[in-house]
Order: sequence, then C-alpha cells, then structure tokens
Amino acid sequence: MTDTEAVPEPKASPPQTGVEPAGEDLPEDLVAVAPDILANSLGEYFGAWWKRIRNGESGALPILAGLILIIIIFQVQQPKFLSSGNIVNLFVQAAFFILLGLAELFALILSEIDLSVGFVGAVGAAITAALISNPSNWPWWAGVIVGLAASALIGAFQGTLITRLHLPAFVVTLAGLLGWAGVLIFIFDVDKGAVGGVISLANNTPVYQLVNSNMSPFAAWVLLIVVVAVYAVISITRTARRRSQGLTTPPLSITILGIVVAGVAGAALVVICNLNRGVLVPLQGVPWVIPFVLAIVAAATWLLGRTRTGRYFYAIGASPEAARRAGISVSRLRTIAFTFAGFTAGLAGLVYMSRLGSISVGYDGGTYVLYAVAAAVIGGASLTGGRGKAIHVLLGGIVIAAIYNGLALLGISTAGTQIATALVLLAAVSVDSLVRNRGSSTTI
Amino acid sequence: MSTEGGHGSAMEPLLQLRGVSKYFGPVQALTRVDLDVMTGQVTALAGDNGAGKSVLVKTISGLWEPSEGQLLWEGEPIHLHSPKDAETTGITTIYQDLALCNNLDIVQNMYLGHELMRHLVLDEGAMEKAARQTLTDLSVKTIRSIRQPVESLSGGQRQSVAVAKAVMSNAKLVIMDEPTAALGVAQTRMVLDLIKRLADHGVTVIVISHNLNDMFEVAERIAILHLGHMVASGPASDFDSQVVVDFMTTGRSDRAAAGVATAAAAKS
Repeated sequence: MTDTEAVPEPKASPPQTGVEPAGEDLPEDLVAVAPDILANSLGEYFGAWWKRIRNGESGALPILAGLILIIIIFQVQQPKFLSSGNIVNLFVQAAFFILLGLAELFALILSEIDLSVGFVGAVGAAITAALISNPSNWPWWAGVIVGLAASALIGAFQGTLITRLHLPAFVVTLAGLLGWAGVLIFIFDVDKGAVGGVISLANNTPVYQLVNSNMSPFAAWVLLIVVVAVYAVISITRTARRRSQGLTTPPLSITILGIVVAGVAGAALVVICNLNRGVLVPLQGVPWVIPFVLAIVAAATWLLGRTRTGRYFYAIGASPEAARRAGISVSRLRTIAFTFAGFTAGLAGLVYMSRLGSISVGYDGGTYVLYAVAAAVIGGASLTGGRGKAIHVLLGGIVIAAIYNGLALLGISTAGTQIATALVLLAAVSVDSLVRNRGSSTTI
Repeated sequence: MSTEGGHGSAMEPLLQLRGVSKYFGPVQALTRVDLDVMTGQVTALAGDNGAGKSVLVKTISGLWEPSEGQLLWEGEPIHLHSPKDAETTGITTIYQDLALCNNLDIVQNMYLGHELMRHLVLDEGAMEKAARQTLTDLSVKTIRSIRQPVESLSGGQRQSVAVAKAVMSNAKLVIMDEPTAALGVAQTRMVLDLIKRLADHGVTVIVISHNLNDMFEVAERIAILHLGHMVASGPASDFDSQVVVDFMTTGRSDRAAAGVATAAAAKS
C-alpha cells in the first residue's frame, strides 16, 4: 500500500479561519447539530463528532455497530462465516440488495415509495436474457441497453401516472408489483428460448461473467491504487482550495484519514478476494460485480450530492411546497426520480440474473422489494423523505446479505431468515428513531 | 449588494394600486383599494381578520389578477399573471411558513431554485461566499455557521434566512406576512432590526402585522384595511395605537390626524 504516500501532498495554506464567522464559545445547540463545521483540528473534529453522536446525528455509526455485532454472532456460531470464500460470496449477494436498495432510495428521498422495483428489474433482465440468448442472439451490449431502457421506461411511465394523474405512489407501484410480475411470466411464455420458465445465459457472455468471472489479482491492485490515488488527489485539492477561499472545510487531517480508511478497506477487500477460495480448482480474484456496484454507488453519491437534480430531490422530499415556490418543477423531478429508480432496478436485475446464470418465473420480486426498502431504511433513509445516502444503502445491503448468508450457513430455514431480517429492520429503525428523537427535542 | 433605489428617491412610489377590486363570485374581497408603497420604506398593512390583507398580498404577489383596477410598478402599469411574474418584476413574498427545506443547510436554502453551477456541478464555493456576504450585509450575526441545516435554527433565524434569500434574488419589494407572529421577545427584536436594515439597503418592505408595537417600531407608513376597503393610509407619525385600533375595528376614527387619507375624507 504505497498509494496514499505516492500522492504529492499539496501543503494547504495555513488554516485561514479569519473569515469563519464562528470562533470561540460555541453555543451548545449548534454544536449539537453541526459541530464538525466548526472544528479546525483533528482533535476538535473528533470531539465534535462524538458530541454529534450523543446528540442524535449518528450517521452510519449504528449500522456499522449492528453489522459488526451480526458478524461476531455468526462467526462464533460458524467459523466458516469469515472465510475468504464466504466473504466474497456475501459481497456478491449484497450487490443485488445494494442496487435494489439504491433504486428504492430514489423514491424514498422524495417521500415516495416504489413497490415495483423488484419486478421492474426482473422484467428488464428477462428482456435482456431473451434478446442475447437463442434464438435472437443479439450482441450482449445491445440486449443490456434495451433491458435497462425498458426498466427506466417503466419507471418513467409509473412516475408520469403518479405526477400527472396525482395518484398515490403506493397504489401505482403496487399495481406495478402485480402487473410487471404478470409481464415477466408473459415474457417466458413468448420467448422461444425459454425452457420450463427459465431463460439461461451462455457462459461466455459478459452478462454472465459480471458476477462469475474475476479480475486478475494484479489488475485488482492496479485498479485499487488508481482509484484511491484519484480520490486522494481530488479530495485533497478540493479541501485545500476551499480552505484557501475561506470556506467551511473539514481539517486536512480528516480528509487524509478518509483517504487512508478507503485505501485500507479497499486493500483488505482485494487481499481477501485474491486468496485462493477454490475447493477443487484454484479460484481467486475480485469478482467484476464488486467494482461495478461501487462505481454505481459512487455515481449515485455524485448525483445526489453534487448536481442540481440531487439537491432538488432532497428539497422536494423535505418540503414540496418550498420546492414549488422556489420555481422547481416538482412533478418533472418526481418523474425523473421514478425513472432513476426503474433504471437502477434494471441494474439490480442484471446482477441477480448474472449470479444465477439465468432468470426464471420463480423470481420473488415481492419479497425482494421489501428487502430493498429494508436495506435503504437500515441505511438511514427516512420514509418521510428528505434523508438517505447512497453509501449508507451500501451498508444496509451488506447487513441484509450478512443475515441472509449467515443464517443459510447455519442451516436455518427461510422462516428463520425472514424473522431475523424483520427483527434487524425493526432494531435499526428503533435505534435510529430513539437517537434522532433525542437530538431533535429542541425543534418543533 | 443591490442598493438600487437608495434613500434619495424616498418619496417615489415603487408600487401603486389604483382602484383595485377583487371578487370571488358574489363575494367582494377588495373594493377599490388605492395604495402607494414608497421606495425604500417600510409600509405596515393592518386590518382585522377577514379585512382582505391576504387577498391584497396575493394580488400583489401574482397569485391572481385583480378583478378591476390597476397595479403600477415604478409608474408603469404591470400585469402579474403568476408568482413567477412577480418574482421577475422584483416582488418576493415571505409567507408565515417561510418555505424553507429543513434538511438543507442555509446556503442550499438561499440558492434553492437558482443554484450556481460550474461544469454541470453545483458551485458550492461561490454560493457559500455570496450567501455569507448577504448575511453579513444584513448584519445577521446570530447564525454561527451557514452550513448548518435550517432545522437547527430558531424561528427568528429562519426568518433571517428567508429574508436573506429574498435579498439574494434581488427583490426590490419584500412582502412579509406576520413575520413576528410565532416569535419570542428576543427573536422579535432580531426580525424587526432585520426589517429596518432591509429598508436601509433600499429594499421596500410591506409588513402585515397584528402587533401594534411592532408596527409602530418599524413602519414609516401605515395602511389599514377594513372589510375590503382601504380605510386609512399615511405616514406612521400621523397615527397612534388608539387610532389604528379604531380604524381596524370600525373603519373610522374621530381622532385621526389631518395627514391621514381616510375613506371618509375621500368621499366628502
């Protein structure tokens, strides 16, 4: 791991805090809400962070704590849980939940819900499968484009119904849940390549290889170093630039800490994936789906955090009226959000199909959509809108996959899995609600 | 910041209403209302519940057009077909609910709807600088960091953000609906000071208020509606609390000073 050191560290001009309106003797109430923006050194920053947690803005901490707890429990029960093979398997399972959770997040941020994402993704995947296999035999990329476009169009269609006819999203997407399940079966009926309600992928198509093929160990390291280096350069120059302009900036040490954490976590992942996890034949390397999902999470983070569209999503979720008065076209953005939800669901459907090498009528989109909501909510999205981050959904998806995977490893039935998921969901929401209520006691 | 208008043109009317009436079916909400809003001054709009204050304000802010009569903006007739029209003209209305997004921070709220962009990405740096400058211009000092979410602000601070947002959009006329209604003593003080500073910056203000103390503190002119009629208007110095209460409750006052244009005087 020499990537972080390799980055030339632009020495930030000495902290110019003169412009900062805040200085000493900070009032307790502000420190409670946004302490980090007032801290100038690493020590102060952690102090502020701790205060923030105590006051209810816990961020990703409860999810991480819960995840660690779940891992410890499973590891004690079944030492194979943290074997490299199972960890890779867990991430691959999580990929589907993460993407479906992200799809749901787009609806949740706007204070809406989309119950159809499970089947919308499957319809897109089934279209792709039908097009790229016998007898159509389209090139894989054309099939993928058409499948994803179909998912996005379905999302746009439902969004249009919701905004133009002023129908509740719950009802429209519930109709979607039922209707697209029917369409999925219909696809299997009309596709001549479907055998017994299953469309299989050829082993040599990239759609199949997305999950079932690995990067070479060397390529994984190169990719990791490039990504971390680019991230480091961007975030350090950004921090330095903001600081030199006298804008609110976290201390440089925090930025560097973030880079180091990302680098170490990435390195750990690559090391684990590069271990030989094969039983009979050697099997090693990072499955392509892992960088694929991380790239999508990064793109969603960028969209939600740095673009006008993302800003408007959060604004509409908190107060549609305020957004409307600010001149934002609320119904257009709602439709866009449902389109994103459909598109991301399409990606999730591809990952699901790639993992199994096929898609079948047995696809349980009704249950998966609830896992998607669970992943988003465990990750801190609020059903009342205006809250939620893509990176937290990543954690939420891993939690769901860990339960799924761990209980299966222990040989516990579906009944047990679903009850456990329910309990974790309730626990996550309760912790979040308890902590948050304590923090917001000062507001109305 | 924008200081067009300034103090020099203090007696130029920015907005004039001439014989404005508004019917809703058979209900007559406003009857031939005349009003002069002077540039750079604070005009208080008073009246009991149902006197037509809200109807008048909504007419000025473009929610609907008057059934009869005319609006003049800087001496020229204008037609406001929508709130958007009013905003392009330079009229911003701050309603009681303030229309802020609690989950966004102060900068994000101030720029909501007209964010600055750089290469397809939000230009946070430029927005933060300009927002800070506006707040400094308005001497809003109690806000510690402009990156704190609005949900962490007090009622008075939220008002300040809403006002700063209006100033930021280069509003020439800011209409405030009961800005101190839900506030405590210190917060009220803060908002009243802010209103005065707005006027100092050359921004014209119309304040709707029930609170006579607040009204006399900030207003240079007072206009009183009673059952849809403009029963009195004139410089605040020509009124006292008793006269205002008389006009608000009965539509007439025996004690009115000579400078006050009353409906009774207009008839005779």
